[in-house]
Amino acid sequence: MAPDTKHLEMTLETQVESVNLAEEMCLRVAEAAGFGEDDCYRIGMSVREGVINAFHYGNQERPEKKIHLAVDLTPDKMIIHVLDEGTGFKLSEVPDPLAEENLLSTSGRGIFLMRAFMDEFDVVRGKTGGAEIVMSKKLPAPGSSPNGDGGQSTSPHQGA
Amino acid sequence: MATVAKAPLRTREHKGIKMALHATHRDAGKVTVVDLSGRITLGDGSALLRKTVRGLLDDQRTQILLNLADVDYIDSSGIGELVSGFTAVKNRNGNLKLLHLTKKVRDLLQITKLFTVFDVYTDEGTAVRSFD
Repeated sequence: MAPDTKHLEMTLETQVESVNLAEEMCLRVAEAAGFGEDDCYRIGMSVREGVINAFHYGNQERPEKKIHLAVDLTPDKMIIHVLDEGTGFKLSEVPDPLAEENLLSTSGRGIFLMRAFMDEFDVVRGKTGGAEIVMSKKLPAPGSSPNGDGGQSTSPHQGA
Repeated sequence: MATVAKAPLRTREHKGIKMALHATHRDAGKVTVVDLSGRITLGDGSALLRKTVRGLLDDQRTQILLNLADVDYIDSSGIGELVSGFTAVKNRNGNLKLLHLTKKVRDLLQITKLFTVFDVYTDEGTAVRSFD
């Protein structure tokens, strides 16, 4: 870890309340880092989806398993790690929620949303053997607009 | 310098987070308008939406307009519940439509391509008449 990187981590229970807790914590970090309202929304939503993924798919809602959340704040981006204690998965095997046959599916949009809302997104095999979601958002440039998006639409980036 | 901190495991409301979803419904002719406020997210929010729509179907109310004017946040679980409700109502030969989307919700439905699935309205009178 670079010496000028700030690191925060927490271990969460596999329960619904952990989703809000993780979102809240990351929102506070994002606000303190200077992200505007729109980027905070995108970061908060991505954290929610990452923890929901760990809660439901990774740990299969088993309370004895934990969810590990870590945030690295480097000089140029905020990096978020969400690690579960499941068996992992391959991104290539995740169904496309935009495919016609999946449009009316009641689940399966979390990965898509994280990809859309964050600048970088990947899933790797974590130290527990489970899936580790790693995603990042570039910090706003000093003096940029309060929304941190250069005045663009609040719409998320598609296919990022 | 790297720092490591263990955050306390306690929940409190973030200044920008309205945690709870509230739902009330009223009649507009044969249409039931459901006024929702708060967040439709994993847990209580999604559960309340499900319970509300299923309750209306149990009462034979199959023409449902969800007023989302005061819903500024929906996660993937909430999206799933909207789709589930839409399908459940369709299966009863009814209609579930959406009214007054906030910008964030509209953007979310657009990128997930659900904007083309739901009938979405910006005016309640027009929305209610569309059920005729």
